[in-house]
Amino acid sequence: MIGMLAVTGCVTSKPYDYTIFHAHPPHSIVVLPPLNQSTDIKGTYGYLSTVTRPLAEMGYYVFPVAEVDQLMKENGLPTAGEMHQVPLDKIGEIIGADSVLYITLRKYGSKYEVISSVTTVTADAKLVDVKTGLTLWEGTATAQQSSGDSGGSIIGALVTAAVTQVVNSATDPAHDVSSMANFQLFTPKNRGLLYGPYFPKDKQQ
Amino acid sequence: MNNQKGILFLSLAVVALVTGCQSPDIYYWGNYENLVYITYAKPGKATPEFQVQVMEADVHKAISANKPLPPGFHAHLGYLYYQLGKADLALQEFQKEKAQFPESAILMDRLSANLAKK
Repeated sequence: MIGMLAVTGCVTSKPYDYTIFHAHPPHSIVVLPPLNQSTDIKGTYGYLSTVTRPLAEMGYYVFPVAEVDQLMKENGLPTAGEMHQVPLDKIGEIIGADSVLYITLRKYGSKYEVISSVTTVTADAKLVDVKTGLTLWEGTATAQQSSGDSGGSIIGALVTAAVTQVVNSATDPAHDVSSMANFQLFTPKNRGLLYGPYFPKDKQQ
Repeated sequence: MNNQKGILFLSLAVVALVTGCQSPDIYYWGNYENLVYITYAKPGKATPEFQVQVMEADVHKAISANKPLPPGFHAHLGYLYYQLGKADLALQEFQKEKAQFPESAILMDRLSANLAKK
């Protein structure tokens, strides 16, 4: 147990080397539908719809995820696996993005036990520079919530009641946990993604 | 009774602490991400008509809140107009996305050109 703590403690505290990122700071990010290695087929799109907000609030232009997905499908790429194989020069030519975020879901879903359930989302993310193919940043995060925890839903007060109703009828607790995973993925100290050009200068630490 | 008040005070204090730590959002998000979510999770209910109604209301709320709409919002609304056969409104939204975020120019020009083809 102590050994495990020491190992994980070491991994999280090691600062990230941002040399490549600083050499090619991205302005725009295209987020491809995540590769889903979990057994829950809802993973790819349950997660995809949670990534725009954290990245945009960090100051990046994030391409419209549903329209990018649709464009890829219309061009004969029906699955996330095929989309992740698209050459970078094609992404530059068709979408005009200067970086691509590739996400792999290692875990997505709930495990039901006798009286409770635990929902886990584990995501690996890799941000790649379109022009050079270099990895600008990568990270991994796990978020977990048990059915006893309060305040599962992340739907804000601004959201229209009719939308809330449809979202809740989808009953996918891992969708909510995905937002927690994003937070842990993008914002850990010394390892997180750096702020982009639209982030207010006066708020940067 | 005292105990209840104490708990209420504590939870308010926690809320204040948590929200205090977050800097205010740059954008007015409204329903955008949730609409994207239900497009896939509940396609039967997330019809273009329903989504357009919700997003048009969000446009007004964003103006009242004096905040810009987020990346992708106008592109998504434009695509919904296209699905409803309203090509002129779709084109307007793609142009708004491009004007607000010049990074989107290549994709918005492509989507606009596709409108003319279909």
